Amino acid sequence: MITLEKRPQPSRIWSLATPLLAVLLTMICGGLLFAALGKNPFETIRTIFLDPLFSEFAWFYRPQLLIKGAPLVLIAIGLSFGFRAGIWNIGAEGQYIVGAICGAAVGLAFYPTESFIIFPLMIIAGILGGTLWAMIPGILKVKFGTNEILVSLMLVYVAEQLMASMALGALRNPDGMGFPGSRNLSQYPSAANLEIISGSGMHWGVVTALIAVIFAYIALSRHIFGFNVRLAGQSPRAAKFAGVNPTAMILICMGLSGGLAGAAGLFEVAGPAGQISIDFNVGYGFTAIIVAFLGRLHPVGILLAGGLMALTYIGGEIAQSNLGLPLAAIQLMQGMLLFFLLAVDVLTNYAVRFGRRQVV
Amino acid sequence: MKLNKLLTGATLALGLATGALADGHEKTKVGFVYVGPVGDGGWTYEHNQGRLAVEEHFGDAVETVFVESVPEGPDAERVMTQMALQGADLIFTTSFGYMDQTINVAGKFPDVKFEHATGYKQADNVSVYSARFYEGRAVQGHIAGHMTESNVIGYIASFPIPEVIRGINAAYLHAKEVNPDVEFKIVWAYTWFDPAKEAEAASVLIEQGADVILQHTDSTAPQAAAQAAGNVVTFGQASDMAEFGPFPRVSSIIDNWSPYYIARTQAVIDGTWESTNTWDGIAPGMVEIGDITDAVPAEVKASAEAMIASMEAGDYHPFTGPINKQDGSAWLADGEVADDGTLAGMNFYVEGLSGDIPQ
Repeated sequence: MITLEKRPQPSRIWSLATPLLAVLLTMICGGLLFAALGKNPFETIRTIFLDPLFSEFAWFYRPQLLIKGAPLVLIAIGLSFGFRAGIWNIGAEGQYIVGAICGAAVGLAFYPTESFIIFPLMIIAGILGGTLWAMIPGILKVKFGTNEILVSLMLVYVAEQLMASMALGALRNPDGMGFPGSRNLSQYPSAANLEIISGSGMHWGVVTALIAVIFAYIALSRHIFGFNVRLAGQSPRAAKFAGVNPTAMILICMGLSGGLAGAAGLFEVAGPAGQISIDFNVGYGFTAIIVAFLGRLHPVGILLAGGLMALTYIGGEIAQSNLGLPLAAIQLMQGMLLFFLLAVDVLTNYAVRFGRRQVV
Repeated sequence: MKLNKLLTGATLALGLATGALADGHEKTKVGFVYVGPVGDGGWTYEHNQGRLAVEEHFGDAVETVFVESVPEGPDAERVMTQMALQGADLIFTTSFGYMDQTINVAGKFPDVKFEHATGYKQADNVSVYSARFYEGRAVQGHIAGHMTESNVIGYIASFPIPEVIRGINAAYLHAKEVNPDVEFKIVWAYTWFDPAKEAEAASVLIEQGADVILQHTDSTAPQAAAQAAGNVVTFGQASDMAEFGPFPRVSSIIDNWSPYYIARTQAVIDGTWESTNTWDGIAPGMVEIGDITDAVPAEVKASAEAMIASMEAGDYHPFTGPINKQDGSAWLADGEVADDGTLAGMNFYVEGLSGDIPQ
């Protein structure tokens, strides 16, 4: 007989070991899947997990990991505060879009003036845009008690329509022969979010993501705000007695996650994407929810989880083009990773006992 | 830029490396970047058929690689760069939204040839190619105008770009020609491939009384929705979609990329590749009209086939005046034929269409 026994406290060792175990299990089951598809499992696993880091062209892939991972980490850090406090902002994708629109609009308004002040103004506009978009579900919740999950999610679709209308109308490139899409910001030096060190992939969004990780770590472990956030999540009643204002907590958490998502959108639109287009957003806001939980809502965990997600994306593309693996198989493997992470999580909270339970 | 130099250096090194491998098995490598899955049954499916035709035609002399469902943005740029790094000699990027990315990557790999579908930006190593789908749309409109009984034709449009607007105009003009009472209802789906959204758009149009559905999206979901509704006519888009024939699918526009892909690959092998702008229609075979089924009355089928024949012979252009713009201003005088420049940048509806192009 195998029985599960609830641990008095979550095991520290297992909480560190389970992510590794999940990756290992994914490699084994993914390998079986790839073998069933007629591919060499070892080669495939190596291609997905190691080639982006150590292959002949790793000098190209490593910077790409930063570019792909930075928006995920930045958004997930913002979300983690709310999730810890029990405030569920599911609409980071929309805040990401609105941040990109606002930031890009500021940049395009200055075109073609060149000035060092333009890019900082764009960043502020991006953060403000994301924050304001997140304030809509936030204020509706505190004023009318609406459900922030539904409102923030629905606003994603509103933001997508807004984005389409901007790409086709107000922000459309006047020199674009009637085609949708704004001017390319990455070709406008004052507005471009370029790499700080050429070829490193290290653009301002990556730097901001790293700074956000550090600040989040300090705030959560060393600051009263972090304590209040955790308290509000674990015991709302206790938090009230401790003088935590729930209204302020909701608005701060929504604003924080919206602002960081908006910043991520701005850095993306001014850099890697370059322009506002109809299909600018590719789901970073939703994937970041997974990253936040994958990283156990811990800043360092989120940093690692963002890196891991980026790795499977880029490795998955390499496997597609080099080994002819279908996209669906890659997505299956990514799904397995999440599945195993959640599944082995049971080991953190429960001890496995073999044999008959002792009668006490 | 430093990155440029780095990448060029790398390609040079790669060139040397592959040169050193020249012991008889040096292959020409052709890459394909797809916007949808190869199993979409429409647009990407046909591009993949073209890729398979290249493999079959050249056998061991050519190796092809592809990545499917690549979002139009930085991800596309990375996929293209990766293909170029891995030694691709020729890369087909098969969606309008890959335009800027193709130009960017092409700038970093001057020795790699790029072919961008349906765009308008060329470079020394970037060709553009597209098909005159509007010729097929004219035939569709002709049949649709005859087939509709409710006089409402639904149109699932993807993005408001000239290619799509051209299709709407061509179909409308030819439906109107045979049925003056016809009305077009247009839904903008803002996607090339999203079966759920496409099915929803089809259902909305059917509820609004449309008994013919034309689609400019890539999946077969609208076909299935029409089949479920029972009495709604559809046309295969980009691919034959013959599995939905003989009804609701009564005909189709088929994109046949194989001859072009084979010719361009041959040009790379021969070293004669040049940057070109190709826009071929029914006559050269890039656009084909799929079998018109028996669900279409014989005389309609005959007149549609006559129209195809006259376009094949070069006697008929779907945009022949008199045609007014939506606001009533004159566009083409009697007998005047639209020039390619206007068609390529078409951003207006013709007279009679209701609604606005989203902006």
